[in-house]
Amino acid sequence: MTIDHSHYLILSALLFTIGVMGVLLRRNLIIIFMSIELMLNSVNLALVSISEYLQAPDAQIFVFFVITVAAAEAATGLAIVISLFRQKQTTNIDEVNQLKG
Amino acid sequence: MFLDLLITAVKVVVVMSALLTMVPILVWVERRGSAFIQDRLGPNRVGPLGLLQPVADAVKFIFKEDPIPFHAHPWLFPLAPLLSFLPAAITFAAIPFGDTLDFFGKTIVLQIADLNIGILYIVAFGSLGIYGVLIAGWSSNNKYSTLGALRSSAQMISYEIALGISLIGPILMYGTFSLRQIVLEQHHLWGIVTQPFAFLIFLVAAFAECNRLPFDLPEGEAELVAGYHTEYGSMKFAFFFMAEYLHLVTMSALISTLFFGGWQLIPGLTSVAEWCGIAIFPTSLGLSLLQVLSFCLKTAFFIWFFVWIRWTFPRFRYDQLMAFGWKILIPLGLLNVLVTSLALYFKWI
Amino acid sequence: MAHTIIFWILAIMSVVCALGVTLHKNPVVSAVFLIGSFFALAGLYVELHAPFLAAIQIIVYVGAIMVLFVFVMMLLNLGRDPDRFSKETKPRFPKYLALFLLVGLLISFIHLTSFSRALPEAFHGFSIENIATLLFSKYLFPFELLSLLLLIAMVGGVILAKKK
Repeated sequence: MTIDHSHYLILSALLFTIGVMGVLLRRNLIIIFMSIELMLNSVNLALVSISEYLQAPDAQIFVFFVITVAAAEAATGLAIVISLFRQKQTTNIDEVNQLKG
Repeated sequence: MFLDLLITAVKVVVVMSALLTMVPILVWVERRGSAFIQDRLGPNRVGPLGLLQPVADAVKFIFKEDPIPFHAHPWLFPLAPLLSFLPAAITFAAIPFGDTLDFFGKTIVLQIADLNIGILYIVAFGSLGIYGVLIAGWSSNNKYSTLGALRSSAQMISYEIALGISLIGPILMYGTFSLRQIVLEQHHLWGIVTQPFAFLIFLVAAFAECNRLPFDLPEGEAELVAGYHTEYGSMKFAFFFMAEYLHLVTMSALISTLFFGGWQLIPGLTSVAEWCGIAIFPTSLGLSLLQVLSFCLKTAFFIWFFVWIRWTFPRFRYDQLMAFGWKILIPLGLLNVLVTSLALYFKWI
Repeated sequence: MAHTIIFWILAIMSVVCALGVTLHKNPVVSAVFLIGSFFALAGLYVELHAPFLAAIQIIVYVGAIMVLFVFVMMLLNLGRDPDRFSKETKPRFPKYLALFLLVGLLISFIHLTSFSRALPEAFHGFSIENIATLLFSKYLFPFELLSLLLLIAMVGGVILAKKK
């Protein structure tokens, strides 16, 4: 079968869902972060595919921005994880519930 | 199309065999060269001038016991040497080692892949060498390995930034990422004349990237046992060894391509060729061979330079190393970018 | 024909690696799987005639962000994840239903859209000059904001992770 743009978008949707699965089901903070990165990457794939379909480079520039923002977010998030770990000695997200109730 | 695939496959085989042959030669060069610098003889018993010493080393590596530490990770531990070796080998694909070869009417470009993002490809795959170090240190389940891996990878990522920034200068000058175009643009003036500071910064950062003295604290022999490859013996250690020498060869090839004209003829070779009766104009087989020879000579000079520096200078202390990378090299690199952009804008160059 | 084979290999590799990220119990192995997934995606970008983005993906994501992840895991000495899925008392069935609905909805939206043509063979992608010109003319303001964002993230990261 010839590969159509819809194939790329379906792959993107699948990767996004796997990322959501990781965020909902896992309890380790770092694996949740990695699932978030996976979601961002699936969106990048959709953007590149659309850029190719519309023959316009604007979407590729948007991918550039998404990658950079993901880098900034990963750095800040991991710094938060480090300081959290220093306080509580755990990365289990169930035990980070001090603001609850 | 099938013929193109075949030609590329032949090029890959030739380049990889040449690279893998360089490793034993480098072992011999390092040991004899270091010996002469230290006013002693070095290995001279195995074969004439000690030339079969690498063979003896290889045999030793093959027959040694291959230890696996007690709680090492089952498949990450053997994967780490491979992760170290592969990027060093793959990076060579974008480096042009000659101009073109006219073979039975077909023009073959002497470069495995003429990518239009050549330099980006090299920076991308060059930065993958960190994973071999990190995974090796983590999966060994050993304090010294972890410490060594953390130090080594921190050093490598810091100097990788300096490496990338120093490359912006030449990219601005030549206006292209493709390495073949860069070499073609150097036919009148080699890169070092227009970008001397970029060359210096790149050279220093290349030393740090390859974990060579004076930046080899992570492998600090007297300090961290052996750093991240403490727990590796026999063939896995040989892979790390090979990876380090391959990285060295790739960096030397890159320096000679970006700043010393790559395969452009060394001045003086044209007269030698005329004296030998080899036709230079138009392109001919003799000219192609001379160009490949020029490339090999330049790369060999820089390989010798790396070995020479290793046995001449003492080691940096870790905080001196990090301060140098972040506080001196990166600002200098940025200054170089600024001056180059100003020069290009006001058409001084 | 070659495009079909390459697409299927890279797609299967990215899905398998993504599943490995979310399902494996050891965080460092999950990180290695995520790196594999990023490589598969970079290959797909090359397929979609965007080699510049593929190189940027490898340099930034694989070469910097994942190194940061593995670094943090080594610093905090995170071994295995003892309880893979939490022992929370709420039933997990709504989560599975939500996931199933999500993927179903997305795929049905994609099928409802009609893409009028297949991948054009003769198109060689945008040169780096096109992308750079656009980046520095039309999208200059977001570009400058992005550099400010990176500066803030750097300062924030150093302050948060500093030992008191």
